[in-house]
Amino acid sequence: MEGAMEHAATPAWALLAYLVSGVLFILALRGLSSPSTSQRGNRFGMIGMAIAVVTTLVTHVPSRQYYAHIPPDGSPFFGPDFAGIAEILAAIALGGAIGLVTARRIKMTDMPQLVAAFHSLVGMAAVLVGWAAYLNPTAFGIAGADGVIEAQSRIEMGLGIAIGAITFSGSVIAFLKLAGKMSGAPIMLPGRHVINLGTLAAIIGLTGYFTMDQSLWVIAVVTALSFLIGFLLIIPIGGADMPVVVSMLNSYSGWAAAAMGFTLHNTAMIITGALVGSSGVILSYIMCKAMNRSFISVIAGGFGAVADAGGEAKEQRPWKRGSAEDAAFLLGEAEQVIIIPGYGMAVAQAQHVLREMGDQLKARGVRVKYAIHPVAGRMPGHMNVLLAEAQVPYDDVFELEDINGEFAQTDVAFIIGANDVVNPAAKTDKSSPIYGMPVFDVEKAKSIMFIKRSMGGVGYAGVDNDVFYMDQTMMLLADAKKMVEDINKALAH
Amino acid sequence: MDFISILSIFVMACFVGYYVVWSVTPALHTPLMAVTNAISSVIIVGALIAAAAAGSASSKWLGLLAVVLASVNIFGGFAVTARMLAMYKKKDRPAPKPEGQ
Repeated sequence: MEGAMEHAATPAWALLAYLVSGVLFILALRGLSSPSTSQRGNRFGMIGMAIAVVTTLVTHVPSRQYYAHIPPDGSPFFGPDFAGIAEILAAIALGGAIGLVTARRIKMTDMPQLVAAFHSLVGMAAVLVGWAAYLNPTAFGIAGADGVIEAQSRIEMGLGIAIGAITFSGSVIAFLKLAGKMSGAPIMLPGRHVINLGTLAAIIGLTGYFTMDQSLWVIAVVTALSFLIGFLLIIPIGGADMPVVVSMLNSYSGWAAAAMGFTLHNTAMIITGALVGSSGVILSYIMCKAMNRSFISVIAGGFGAVADAGGEAKEQRPWKRGSAEDAAFLLGEAEQVIIIPGYGMAVAQAQHVLREMGDQLKARGVRVKYAIHPVAGRMPGHMNVLLAEAQVPYDDVFELEDINGEFAQTDVAFIIGANDVVNPAAKTDKSSPIYGMPVFDVEKAKSIMFIKRSMGGVGYAGVDNDVFYMDQTMMLLADAKKMVEDINKALAH
Repeated sequence: MDFISILSIFVMACFVGYYVVWSVTPALHTPLMAVTNAISSVIIVGALIAAAAAGSASSKWLGLLAVVLASVNIFGGFAVTARMLAMYKKKDRPAPKPEGQ
């Protein structure tokens, strides 16, 4: 057994090189503890990746140990059953070009769907590598000359393919929902919990059976069921829960890489898989906590589906509508303004005009701060990136717990494209679907400005917001970008 | 390497990941996702081995396709992370004078 497990003698320097790249990946994440060290961290990541790729190229391409198999008339650099350096570099160049062009062109507001798309690629790559290992196990050192794959490797392979396939199809659905190519509303199949649990049980059972029978049909059915369950898991999850979904898929892509690392006995892959896996788990946890929802309830899905099921006629409560000029006057007189951006700001692409507004106010001596809720936007940190893109200095941007005590000393709470994260019902109304979610104490501010398209729509949670009807609230009903532009014009006068 | 050594590396790396990721500032959570995306494409190592190993034509082509997909992610992931990180600016930048006034 030990003999078959032994790799076709990966040299010691290569093992060390993989370890070094694993350490560089740790440093890459470590750099993100502060914006000032983050760029260096990213470069560590690139170096780590380069080391891993070059090491593999040197030790495996062109596969010297297989020269004997090449027919005398064939080129020594590649053959019908193996790729040479030219083909491999061409594949890297092709993928690299697509990646670079995409990275350059993508709009910052579209980051969530880009990340989802990238997750799907990791998932698919894991499936392909798993299948390649299944079809050619001796090349990976996981089978004897008779082609019988080690039982343990079969489990690792089965898990890697299953997690990869779930990551792929789940991410594709998340991508379609985030890109608006598919309705963000949850799609609820009848009896979906039974179907999901049954499918999961079948995947686990078949992976177990795979250790006894390495027939093609077993691994094919595992792959197909895993694609199916990834799809089934994500379709019932609504738009507001997308930050959790994106984080969760991030985690899956890590576990898929780790499972493949076990199959290949590769340190770099195992370390990376563990890092990415835990990163996704932590982000999912932070997102769930910020919504006061359990992970299970998010996965069970359906949040935001019910459009006021009770159908009780909403009482008409009085509210005040303000104009851009009114808003500009109050903002200009303020000592401190806290701006609370939400997904609506991203949709309206209002971040740049918002920063101009902040600059104008600062020029008048107003203190301007930005307050960001952990689940604002469609992925963790989404709002921070958009504000950074608009050149808002990051030391003007505050997290929920750091700024929530300041509303009492604030003249204007300026809410743009957010809703549920400022809803006091989360603190007071036990029957509210968002009860228990940490929210901004905007009602303590002297005045509140609420930019909203119309009074009709309510937040993703589908609940009314008492802030609309407060005495100190001024509703600014318009497209967010248009409204802020008008405020800017009024301020400039 | 035997299974236990590999498992040990994995478990230790999970702990390292746990502490390192908690220290990431929430403002950088989006770049965190982008860069974890890029590094999880280290799965390209498996793809390269599959592509370069003789013995199976289908394994070669699956490997090459996986190399393409992982490369999209590696180059795209690091590039988009770099692009995002370059935007994070501290205060006290030389205040740009509002033009056209």
